[in-house]
Amino acid sequence: MLTFTLRRLLLAIPTLLVISLIIFLLVDLAPGSPMSEIPLTVPPEVRLKMIAALGADQPVYVRYILWLRQFFWVEPANMLDGWFGTNFVGGEQRILSWQSRSPVFTVIGQRIPQTLTVIGTAYLVGIAIAMPIGIYSAYRQYSVFDQLGTLVAMIGFSVPTFFSGTLFIIIFAVWLHWFPTKYDTTLAVTDWASFILQIKQMAMPVMVLALANAAAISRYMRSSMLENMGQDYVRTARAKGMTERVVVLKHVLRNSLIPVVTVIALGIPSIFGGAIITENLFGVNGIGAALIGAISANDLPMVQTLAFIFAVLIVVFNLIADIAYGLLDPRIRYE
Amino acid sequence: MNLKSALLGAVCAFAMAPAAYAERGTDGEVKLTFPQAVSIMNPYLSSGTKDIYASSMVIEPLAGYDDTGALVAKLVSEIPSVANGGISEDLTSITWKLLPGLLWADGSPVTAADVVFTGQYCMDPAGGCAQLSKFDGIKSIEAVDDMSVKITFNGPKPNPFTAFVGSTSPILQKAQFEACLGAAAPTCTDQNSMPLGTGPFKVTGFTVNDTVSMEANANYRDPAKPAFASAVIKGGGDAEGSARAVMSTGEFDYAWNTQIPPDSQAAMAAEGKGVFVVAFGTLVERLEMNMTDPSADLPEGERSTAKHPHPFLSDINVRKALSMAIDRQTLTEVGYGAGGAPTCNIVPAPALYASDNTGCLTQDIEGAKALLEAAGWVDTNGDGIREKDGKNLSILYQSTVNPIRQDFQALIKDWWTEIGVETELKAIDPSVFFGGDAGSPDTFQKFYADVEMYANNFDGTDPEAYLTQYKCDKAPSPENQWQGENMNRFCDPAYDAMVTELSSTRDAAKRAELAKKLNDMVTKDSFVVVPLVHRGTLSAHSNALGGVKINAWDSELWNVADWFRVK
Amino acid sequence: MSDQSIPKAQSQFGAVWRQFRVHRGAVFGLIVLGTLAAFVVFGPFFWPEVKLKVVEALKVKNQGPSLRFPFGTDQLGRDMLVRMMAAGKVSLAVGFVAMIIAIFVGTGIGILAGYFKRLDGPLMRLTDLFLSLPLIPLLLVLVMLFRDKIASIMGPELGAFLLIVYAIGITSWMQAARIVRGEVLALKEREYVLAAKSIGVPARRVILRHILPNIISPVMVAATLGVAEAIITESVLSFLGLGFPPDFPTWGRLLFDGLQYIQLYPERVIWPGLAISLTVLSVNYIGDGLRDALDPRIRGR
Repeated sequence: MLTFTLRRLLLAIPTLLVISLIIFLLVDLAPGSPMSEIPLTVPPEVRLKMIAALGADQPVYVRYILWLRQFFWVEPANMLDGWFGTNFVGGEQRILSWQSRSPVFTVIGQRIPQTLTVIGTAYLVGIAIAMPIGIYSAYRQYSVFDQLGTLVAMIGFSVPTFFSGTLFIIIFAVWLHWFPTKYDTTLAVTDWASFILQIKQMAMPVMVLALANAAAISRYMRSSMLENMGQDYVRTARAKGMTERVVVLKHVLRNSLIPVVTVIALGIPSIFGGAIITENLFGVNGIGAALIGAISANDLPMVQTLAFIFAVLIVVFNLIADIAYGLLDPRIRYE
Repeated sequence: MNLKSALLGAVCAFAMAPAAYAERGTDGEVKLTFPQAVSIMNPYLSSGTKDIYASSMVIEPLAGYDDTGALVAKLVSEIPSVANGGISEDLTSITWKLLPGLLWADGSPVTAADVVFTGQYCMDPAGGCAQLSKFDGIKSIEAVDDMSVKITFNGPKPNPFTAFVGSTSPILQKAQFEACLGAAAPTCTDQNSMPLGTGPFKVTGFTVNDTVSMEANANYRDPAKPAFASAVIKGGGDAEGSARAVMSTGEFDYAWNTQIPPDSQAAMAAEGKGVFVVAFGTLVERLEMNMTDPSADLPEGERSTAKHPHPFLSDINVRKALSMAIDRQTLTEVGYGAGGAPTCNIVPAPALYASDNTGCLTQDIEGAKALLEAAGWVDTNGDGIREKDGKNLSILYQSTVNPIRQDFQALIKDWWTEIGVETELKAIDPSVFFGGDAGSPDTFQKFYADVEMYANNFDGTDPEAYLTQYKCDKAPSPENQWQGENMNRFCDPAYDAMVTELSSTRDAAKRAELAKKLNDMVTKDSFVVVPLVHRGTLSAHSNALGGVKINAWDSELWNVADWFRVK
Repeated sequence: MSDQSIPKAQSQFGAVWRQFRVHRGAVFGLIVLGTLAAFVVFGPFFWPEVKLKVVEALKVKNQGPSLRFPFGTDQLGRDMLVRMMAAGKVSLAVGFVAMIIAIFVGTGIGILAGYFKRLDGPLMRLTDLFLSLPLIPLLLVLVMLFRDKIASIMGPELGAFLLIVYAIGITSWMQAARIVRGEVLALKEREYVLAAKSIGVPARRVILRHILPNIISPVMVAATLGVAEAIITESVLSFLGLGFPPDFPTWGRLLFDGLQYIQLYPERVIWPGLAISLTVLSVNYIGDGLRDALDPRIRGR
């Protein structure tokens, strides 16, 4: 297991480099230019000058190498400078977004709290809902609870988030006036009243996302539980006189968790990039919204950096999922 | 400007301050929402209209335009003219005199050095300044004294109100932006997101592409204003969401750019919480007819270039018939409601330059059919499509992804099918269409289609630069990396000659006449441009917000200092 | 001689069908999906499109349901029932074909990665690469590179269809690959597989006879999720204009077009939204039933 982990980690480095190159080339090849949002009143000669000032007219390999240097040397050194007051990279240019001319990592830093708060909470809520539903549905297969639970999960999964999100806005915000329609990112939670306000403005996006997440996880949970409920050891445990609760929750659940844990682990990177539509709809300024905004504005440094960070997260969580799988399931052997 | 008046002014300000201070900042917070979030508060590096509007609350130009299109002084004592000696007789220089006692938000005085520095900032060759064209033809900008700035042009300039006029060209504080010249401009993140200005508000917080938080500027020149103590601009979502936030839920006071269908507008207005406001500038939605052949059979580099004239759109009868088949009134009603007006001009405003051109406003299907028949375009094989000399009237009609544009495309396709023209529709992502990427076949410059539809306008009130776009040499082609503005490749030596004449004409009446003639040459005389709708800018504000005067000639937030809470 | 009749030998198919029938949701799903399919395929014969001239059409715009227009009309006076049927054909086709491509590719890669140790590493890194590719630039590039070439061979609509289906397919196989690989890794260590290998059964036969039938269960789950994802992805693509030409409706497009009018004419959102949801729901139920029926451990319990 240890050699496996080490080998994977070592392999991860060239993998990530290749991924970063492919993403860079892909985004560069994609049609569109950072000048598309500029009003048409700006004449072409000025646009060309603006592109030159951004450094966007340099050949691809020059820009790629510059980006590599900035990402792996300038940015981490900059962070160290900030924490320890050193001066490794005092005047060096950081990765700048073409849209806002702000450093990309500043933007990421501004957005991570919202992403973790809203999207992260939705993911946790989704898991918390999905597991009991999946377990009980499998335990009482084809019962009313199973049918209902399945129905709710299916509905939560079948409805596109922009549909359910808009529907929620109309029902809860416009008709009932329970929740605000736009997320206030400047809200600082300092006392009970502001805490309630924060809950109120998080309620709708969390509901929309949790429904969608819960559906998929509960299906996997149920499917996995069903496979294990029919196993011999369950019959044996019951014959030995163990209570249903112990049988289901201690024996079956543990074995069924294996594929579910891997699915959950694999879903974590999607917290950062997957809730694009919801973030847009509710005005939650998260990382997903940043990525989609950067793509439509052809903001290459931002897209490249964010996409690369996702790639790192995906590779890391894939590794975590694999290790967890190997640790939890003794039948798996990694050489 | 002498010491005595300065002191007098200061004493008055102090005396009035306690009384007036009671009025400033009494109305709480004003909340605005934009469908696109603000990226940067510096219009010189900006990537869109949203940034220009947001920054207009904080930094100001020397003069701007009011809602009627007239010049209004902001930081100067009066608008210079030949009469008051501000503009030289030979029209080669203009002198601006700053208001006495003007302060930056941090309390330091505004001087001519700041104005000169701003000019330097934008004209720096490595700066990539987005508003560079406003500084065209300037020989020098110098501080005559502490409070006066003289701009000298390369030659006589009939319209000298370009630099430092309008919210696209505000004054920056030299002390703040000193280290940001040239290539360093984009790295000055703090300055770019929290510029110090003379405007009614001052930035207190800025999250990129999300929220701008502001508070009333304690050093604003009118001590009774602004009525609001703070302001916030929240960006993101779509036009529907923004409109809803003002008109249905009342969470926000002002929503910019709420382009929603006319029925939805009526329904939201009926709720009684707010109103929609429209202002008509120079934005015209139009069809451009490709005068060159975009056929895919031609080799790359010759497609859509002057080497191959268009097989059937070169025939003026075809273009005229296509224009006659369109019912602009219906298009306006379906797409824009009260936020649009049918038009036949590409220069619909100001009234001075608007040609008397209304012949295209009535649809004439039969007339179009007759015109095509007479010109020899007949349907010989019964397939419903006219042809002549083996060429089918088969059009590829492209535009951007936008529900209103798709509706227009559907309607126009129906009309053209009625007169015997086959139409294929294409919708392209706006960032690709307007991107100008030389490698993409879908840009509006490359125009690999027969007809394309989009909207265009011009800055300020003078259409000269706009009409110059249709000169022969402005056609996009491989030689200039497809960076040109003459999308339909219109080429008429008479047009070019008249444009040259316009650039050297000083008399205002004569200029207007020439502009009208040029407008007619591309519209009713040749139908190379088929204007459809004169579009207004549509925004919404709540009934609890007073003082809003929507303005199509400058920033919509031009008079935000005058806004107040309706009690 | 016993006069007890020996029960007739059950065919595999019969056994599967019997178990399937027990699952009420699955049967419901089959009926609903069948109805939807019949609606879009045969509906136009019973309710043909009446093409109105623009002037006529605009007189009947924005109407609610009536005898003449059972589903009402849209802002240009087009019959919503006709549009729903035409859009349904495209949406269902996109959903299924894209899912088939994704499952095919995903299962293939998953089996190879799970069974052959040496291929596991490179294939999983390939999966990581595809997972981290941003979908939209990828689609823009694909559209830019291939649209004109395909359109010149097959016409704009079929060309767009193939491009979209292909694009969705090759960007959604990763989930299925991971699931399959996980199952294959576990199955590989089972006694009967080890036994088969030890007697020298070639890898191909081991895979086809032992591994494949046992991974049907998770593949079914992935397939049903895949159809849903494909239909929804297509609607998001319509929203970005990366889909079909604008006069080519799909349910996703209709849903998106209707969102602007949700407060005024909610039925324009409800019809396509309901159609998409019912399709996904029934496919999921069918997948559930199939999984229960095909899994020998669950069948006959």
